[in-house]
Amino acid sequence: MWHMLSNAAWVIGAALILWMLWDWWKTDTTHSEDMLTSSREGEIEAVSEKHKI
Amino acid sequence: MSGEKSHLALLRILGPIHVWALGVGIVLVGEFTGWNFSADKGGALAALIACWIIGLLYTAVAMIDSEVTSTVAAAGGQYAQAKHIVGPLMAFNVALYLVFAYTMLEVSNAILVGDLMVATAGPDAGIERHGFVVLMIAVLCFLNYRGVLVTLNINFVITALAFLSIIILFFSVQPWSQGTVLQLGKMVTPENALPYGWLGVLASFQFGIWYYLGIEGTTQAAEEVRSPARSLPFGTMTGMITLLIGATITWYVCASMLPWEYLGFTFFPLYDAAKMTGSASLEFLLFWGTVLAGVASANGCINDASRAWFSLGRDRYLPAWFSAVHPTYRTPYRSILFLLPIALAFAFISDLNQAITFSILSGVLQYTFMSINVMMFRKKWPLGSIRRGYVHPFHPLPALILLVLCIITYGAVFLGYGSQLIAMVAFYLVVSLWFHFYRYRYVQRGAQFSMPWPRPSGY
Repeated sequence: MWHMLSNAAWVIGAALILWMLWDWWKTDTTHSEDMLTSSREGEIEAVSEKHKI
Repeated sequence: MSGEKSHLALLRILGPIHVWALGVGIVLVGEFTGWNFSADKGGALAALIACWIIGLLYTAVAMIDSEVTSTVAAAGGQYAQAKHIVGPLMAFNVALYLVFAYTMLEVSNAILVGDLMVATAGPDAGIERHGFVVLMIAVLCFLNYRGVLVTLNINFVITALAFLSIIILFFSVQPWSQGTVLQLGKMVTPENALPYGWLGVLASFQFGIWYYLGIEGTTQAAEEVRSPARSLPFGTMTGMITLLIGATITWYVCASMLPWEYLGFTFFPLYDAAKMTGSASLEFLLFWGTVLAGVASANGCINDASRAWFSLGRDRYLPAWFSAVHPTYRTPYRSILFLLPIALAFAFISDLNQAITFSILSGVLQYTFMSINVMMFRKKWPLGSIRRGYVHPFHPLPALILLVLCIITYGAVFLGYGSQLIAMVAFYLVVSLWFHFYRYRYVQRGAQFSMPWPRPSGY
């Protein structure tokens, strides 16, 4: 049984990694690089954290 | 591409329980394994002294972190703090400390769970841990890839279950009645309490860190928390209280049931304590408690390491390619995938002790930075100059305590792993030179300082 579990672990792990690689390729070829890397630090503070002391 | 969103950001969707789940989830595995090696260094009493003194170190870390992060609410946590308060070179180093500490902790957890499976299967089964290691890292990367909310919801459930297993074990051994099940008086005697004297106590600090290593990881969620000024201090401080209770209970149960020589040797002290009770249900419970704690910790580590790596890309400290956000899941998917093979490679080639030591060293370097960072923060932006979600008391006492305890811990690490300590410091020196003389030319120098703060005092 343990051999079967070990083999199943390899197969499921590999399948998940392959799915992520496929999704990565699909995402990168569907969207522009400018859009994917458009996140900026601090923009939330600029909008929602305005306050006075 | 017409009609697609022009701008992406991480989702601001988490609450205080997710902060708690992230912090405690990363750390709790340290109660199931790791802390007990401090008994090997200095005996059972030294492990308790380390539990409380290192607990003081981490209470200082949690207080300091809560104040600074409630103000610098950005992914990257201590990296973003360092960038705004100390400077870019410090920030680059801190981000590397974070990535190393969390990736190696993730590796340690995967090895732990893999080894536990192999130990449970027994030597006759003839299996290796690698399949379980691959499965665990792949499943957790998949979760992190698909979204932070589901990742930390799951972390909350499995962390709570693992903590509950410790509490159930504690009450099952009748702690109110010493001598019935627990035998502390026989296990820890004046003759064997400190077998190596006070030098052993010092040496035990190295593994005493495992009681709490990673609680500072709560800050990595800063950009994804709905109300960072409230949720981060609340989640971090309740997490620290949870861990102080868990650590003390763990020591009390394990030191009362296992001889210190064995306690300092085993990889599964709570599981072994459960076995000693002779109860099959407690053994079952603590087996799964150990597995769940390892999984929760690795899960949080993938979350934190990927945010630190993502932040480096966003500021061009590394190629901007790493700063991509998934348009559907809103996660730093390229950073998650980039760190996956690195974790797998270390899990295949390193052993548990090496991985733990590299994680601890990077953690202590980070805490040293935090003590200096908060003193500069209070000096440059005194109370009243900017809004803080939390103000830690008795400043600068916690920072000074933290600095002193870090120096003592370096001494402890040097006693056990001096060559690794020197190698790691040399590594950070080399990459600092690379950053200063080569990489910094690509950084957008004005854009990296993003907090809407007034000019620092004295500038």
